Amino acid sequence: MLLIKCPWCGERAETEFSCGGEAGITRPANPDSLTDAEWADYLFMRKNPRGAHAELWNHSLGCRRWFGVERDTVTYRIAKTCKLSPGKTD
Amino acid sequence: MQPNRIDKGGRIDRSQPLRFRFNGRTYEGFAGDTLASALLANGVLLVGRSFKLHRPRGIVGAGAEEPNAIMQIGTGAEALPNRRATQVSLHDGLVARSTRGWPGLRFDVGAVNNLFSRVFAAGFYYKTFMYPQALWKYYERFIRRSAGFGKAPRKPDPDRYDHRNAHCDVLVAGAGPAGLMAALAAAKSGARVIIADDQPEFGGSLLASSQTIDNKAADEWLDDIVTELAQLDGVTMLNRSVVFGYHDHNFLTIAENRENHVRQRLWRVRARQVILAQGAFERPLVFCNNDRPGVMLASAVSTYINRYAVCPGKRAVVFTNNDSAYQAAIDLHGAGATVSAVVDSRMQGAGELAKAVEQAGIPVFHGHVVTDVTGQKRVSGVRIAKWNGDADSLVENTISIDCDLLAMSGGWNPAVHLHSQSGGKNVWDEELHCFVPGDAVQAEISVGAGIGQWSLSDCLRSGLEAGNEAAMRCDFATAEMVAPLANDAATQALQPLWRVPAAKDPDRCPKQFIDFQNDTSVTDIRLAVREGYRNVEHVKRYTALGFGTDQGKLGNINGMAVLAESLGEQIPAVGTTTFRPPYTPVSFGVCAGESIGDLYDPVRKTAIHEWHQSAGAAFENVGQWHRPWYFPRRGEDLHAAVARECLATRQSVGMLDASTLGKIDVQGKDAVEFLERIYTHNVGKMKNGRCAYGIMLGEDGMVMDDGVMARIGDNRFYLTTTTGGAANVMSWLESWLQTEWPELDVYLTSLTDHYSTIAVAGPNSRRLLQKVGCSIDLANEHFPFMTMQTAELAGVAVQLFRVSFSGELAFEVNVNSNYAQHMWQTLMDAGQEFDITPYGTETMHVLRAEKGFIIVGQDTDGSVTPVDLRMNWLLSRDKDFLGKRSLSRPDCLRDDRKQLVGLLPEDNKTVLPEGTQLIENPSATAPVPMCGHVSSSYMSACLGHPIALALVAGGHSRKDETIYASLADGSAIPVRIVSAVFYDQKNERQND
Ligand SMILES: [Zn+2]
Repeated sequence: MLLIKCPWCGERAETEFSCGGEAGITRPANPDSLTDAEWADYLFMRKNPRGAHAELWNHSLGCRRWFGVERDTVTYRIAKTCKLSPGKTD
Repeated sequence: MQPNRIDKGGRIDRSQPLRFRFNGRTYEGFAGDTLASALLANGVLLVGRSFKLHRPRGIVGAGAEEPNAIMQIGTGAEALPNRRATQVSLHDGLVARSTRGWPGLRFDVGAVNNLFSRVFAAGFYYKTFMYPQALWKYYERFIRRSAGFGKAPRKPDPDRYDHRNAHCDVLVAGAGPAGLMAALAAAKSGARVIIADDQPEFGGSLLASSQTIDNKAADEWLDDIVTELAQLDGVTMLNRSVVFGYHDHNFLTIAENRENHVRQRLWRVRARQVILAQGAFERPLVFCNNDRPGVMLASAVSTYINRYAVCPGKRAVVFTNNDSAYQAAIDLHGAGATVSAVVDSRMQGAGELAKAVEQAGIPVFHGHVVTDVTGQKRVSGVRIAKWNGDADSLVENTISIDCDLLAMSGGWNPAVHLHSQSGGKNVWDEELHCFVPGDAVQAEISVGAGIGQWSLSDCLRSGLEAGNEAAMRCDFATAEMVAPLANDAATQALQPLWRVPAAKDPDRCPKQFIDFQNDTSVTDIRLAVREGYRNVEHVKRYTALGFGTDQGKLGNINGMAVLAESLGEQIPAVGTTTFRPPYTPVSFGVCAGESIGDLYDPVRKTAIHEWHQSAGAAFENVGQWHRPWYFPRRGEDLHAAVARECLATRQSVGMLDASTLGKIDVQGKDAVEFLERIYTHNVGKMKNGRCAYGIMLGEDGMVMDDGVMARIGDNRFYLTTTTGGAANVMSWLESWLQTEWPELDVYLTSLTDHYSTIAVAGPNSRRLLQKVGCSIDLANEHFPFMTMQTAELAGVAVQLFRVSFSGELAFEVNVNSNYAQHMWQTLMDAGQEFDITPYGTETMHVLRAEKGFIIVGQDTDGSVTPVDLRMNWLLSRDKDFLGKRSLSRPDCLRDDRKQLVGLLPEDNKTVLPEGTQLIENPSATAPVPMCGHVSSSYMSACLGHPIALALVAGGHSRKDETIYASLADGSAIPVRIVSAVFYDQKNERQND
C-alpha cells in the first residue's frame, strides 16, 4: 500500500486517496471547434507510460484536495507530490 | 507412554502433560510441543496421503516448510483447515485430523492412483480436462473428494479477529540469532522496533542449537538477549506472528496468533526500515522413493531431538552433500539412536563436525549417494552406491543398510520470499549454490542465513550491522556494541547435488520426488521439457511445482535445477520465480478482522427511520441507506401494499421519506457560471426561487446524474442528486473546480444529512400543508409548480419546493433533520382526515414510471444520452456544457441507438421481468439478435394494467409497432411500443 504525501495533510496511506489518472489533460477551450478525432483524443487517449508518470490524486477521505503526483509505474516510487493551484487555496 | 521421547533436555515442560486426539485416537504430549513433535514422540509418522498419487507421507520438516503434515485442527464452527502440524502449538484437548487420505490413512481409495501413476504424469489435469468434456462430471467429483486440504466449517466462526495499524522505525522479520541482534542494536539506538517471529518462542535456530555464544550455551545467551530486549523502551515483541506480506512503500502485514479473546490479529505496519532475518530452509535430496515416511530433513531431526526431546528413529542413516547434516548424526547418536551410516556425496570429506562423527564410531561413506529407499508406510532401509560426481553414471556396488529414519540435507535455501515480495530480485550465488537476495528496492536489509551466512558468528555479526545501519538511516545514533562470537566448526564446501543418478532409466525407476505436496517428480519435469515447455513459469504451472500451500519452500530450487539440466542450461538462466503474499497461508477471519456482520459496511438511516420501523415498514438497501420499501398492512404482500399506496396517493395524499436524496449547497459569485458548465440547461435564465429539472453529463455525453436544482439567490443554488450518485456528484463538482476551473469563486457544501426531505404528494397535499399551518400562500398563483420558498410549516422553518416526482400536485418539505421526525408525525396526524398514506420506494418507482420519469442507473446505464431519453429540450444551444461536444460524435447520432420508450404487453397482464431482452422475430432460430431490453416494469394499479419502460433500438420512431419480449421459459410475448408517459400525458395534475 502506497504511502502518499498529501501536500496539505502530510503522509497518509493509499486507502485515503483516489487516483484520477494522467495529469495535464486540459479541457479544450472551445470543444465545438475540434474535429471528432481531436475530441476523442482529449476524451479517451492516455499515455500509460512504463516509468515516470505525472498523475492527479485526490485526498478523497481526507482534505478532499486534488494534487499532483509524480509516480513511477514500475517501481511505484513517488518522486514528488505538489499542489495544483497554490494561488487559490493557500 | 511416548516411545520416542527422550528422558531429559529440550524446551518442553514434562510437568505439564497434555492430551490430544489425532485421527480419532488419544495421545499425550507436553507443554512446549508442537502437534508434529507430539506425534513423533508417540511414534506416529504417517500423517497424510499425497495430493495426486495418494502415497503415504510423513512429517518431513519442523517449521513453515512442512509439505505433508497438513491438518484440520478443531471441530465444528471453530475448525481450522490447512494447518501445518509443525506450527500448531499443542494444547490440552486439541483435536486434529489428517486432511488428506480419504477415507482413512491405512486404506486409501485414491491410492489406486499410485498404481496408475504414469497416467497421472505432468499435465494430467490439463490434458484430461481439455477434451473428454462429458467425463468432467465424473472427474470433478473424484478429484474434489480425493484432493483438498481440509474442510471449511459450515457455521459462522465464533471467534473474534481484529486489525491493528502500527508504525515503527525498524521492523525485524524473524527472531533467530540475526534478527535478535538486529533488533537489539536498533532498539539500543532509540529506534522504535517491532520484531516478529512465527514461533511461540523467540530464538529460531538457537532453540535447537548445541553451540555456544561468547562461551555461554546458546539457550542461555538467548534468554539474556530476549530479556534485554523486553526491557528496552519502544520494542514490540510479537511471537506466534508471521510476517506474511511485504507490500509497497514498506507496508508489511503480520498475522499474530493469540490466546485470549481475540484469536488472531492482523498487524498492518508501516516501517521506515525493514530487516529481513527469516533464515533458510534446508533442501531435500532427490532420489528414488525419497517421499517415504521416515525420510526427514536433517535439521528437522536435530530440532526434534534438541528442542522437543523427541528422537524420531532408532536406526538412522544420514545422507548429505554438505557439513550441516553431520550435526544430525551427532544429535541422533547423543539421543541414543544407532546411526548406521553417514552417506556423503563428496569425495573429499567434511570439516570439523565429521571428526566428532568418526570419534563416535559412525561409519562415513564418502563419495556415496542414497539411490533408493525401501519400505512403504515407513522407511525400512536404504540402498547406497558409490558415485564419482558424473551426472548420470553410478559407479558399482550397491549396498543395502537397514534403518527406520533417513535424515537428508541437500544444502540450504535462504528464505528470500519477503525480499521477492518487496519487489527485489533474487540472484544465484555460484559459491553457495543457492538464490540470495539481490539489491534491495525498498528500505530493507536482508541478513543472516537469509543471505547465505551459514555460521552462527556471521549471522550474529550481520544482524548487529544491519540493526545499526537501519537505525542510522532513521537518524538514530548507534550504541557501541561488539558482535558476539560463536564456536562455529570449520566446514568444507557443499557439493551441488540436484538429483541422484538413478540406477536405471530415470523415467522407469521409482519416482524421485521434488515437490512432495504436489507429487511433482523428476520425470514430470523432464516430460514437460520433452513436450516443449521452456519457461520456468510454464513448467511450474504444467507440473504444479511450487503450487501447493507451501509455495514450494522445499522443492522449488531442486525443481529449477532439474529443469536447467533437462534444458542443458545453467540454473540462473532458467530464472527464479516470484513469490507473492502470503508467505504462509492466513485465515479469511484475520483478513476480515472486525469487518463482518453489522460492521461489514456502514448503515445509513434517515432521521425518520424509527417512525418507519414502528409503522412496520419493509426496508430495502439502497447503497448504504436503509429505506422503507413499502408499508404493509396486515395480510398484505408487496403487490397489495404498493397498489394501495399508489391509489391512495393519486386519489388523496401520500407521503414519502425522500431524505436520502443528495443535497448540495452551491454558493459564490461564479456559481451561475459554474453550473452553466455543469448542467445542460440555461441556469443563468432561472429567476430566484425557480426550480429546474437538471441533468449532468459525463464528458462522453452520457447521462451521469439528474435531479431538481433550485436558484435560491443571485449567487446561491440548491442541488439535489440521486441517492446513489450523491457522493460521486460532489466529487465530480469538486474535481472540476479544483483542477480545471480554479479561478471560479464557488463553494460546495453537502447538506444531505443536514436536511431531511418529506415528499407530500396527491390532490390533498396542499390542503394538508394548510391545515398544519403554513406561513406562505400555497395557492397556485402565489406558489406555482417548479418554484421554491422558505416558510414556516407547523411552526418549523422549512424550505418548500413545489416539485413532483409522482405527477401529482406535490410539495417537498426540506427540514432540519433534528425536526424531521416531528414534522413527519405532525403531517401524519393532520393527514388522518385525508386518509394519508405513507409510501416507500416501490410505490415511488411505480408512480414515476407511470409518468415516464427515469431513474438514472436503472433506465440508464452509462451508455444513454439525453437524446436517447427524448430530453433534447434540456440541451441549451446557447452555451457549452460538459459532454456537449460528445453528443455530435458520429456514434451519438446513429438512428438505431437504443432509445427510451414505453411498452405495453399485448396480453394486458404480464408484468415483464426487468432486464427482459426484446427481439423482433419470435420464431427466429438462436442466436437471436436483441433489439433492446426492459429497464423498468410494474403493475400499475391506477391504470389497471402492467407498464414498462424499455430501451429499444430506434425506438422513438417505432411508436405502435409490435416487438417481442423473450421470457425465461423460452416463450416470447408481443409487446407494443408506446409513449413513455402512461398517465396524465398533458401534465395537468402536477400543475393543479
Ligand atoms: Zn489532504
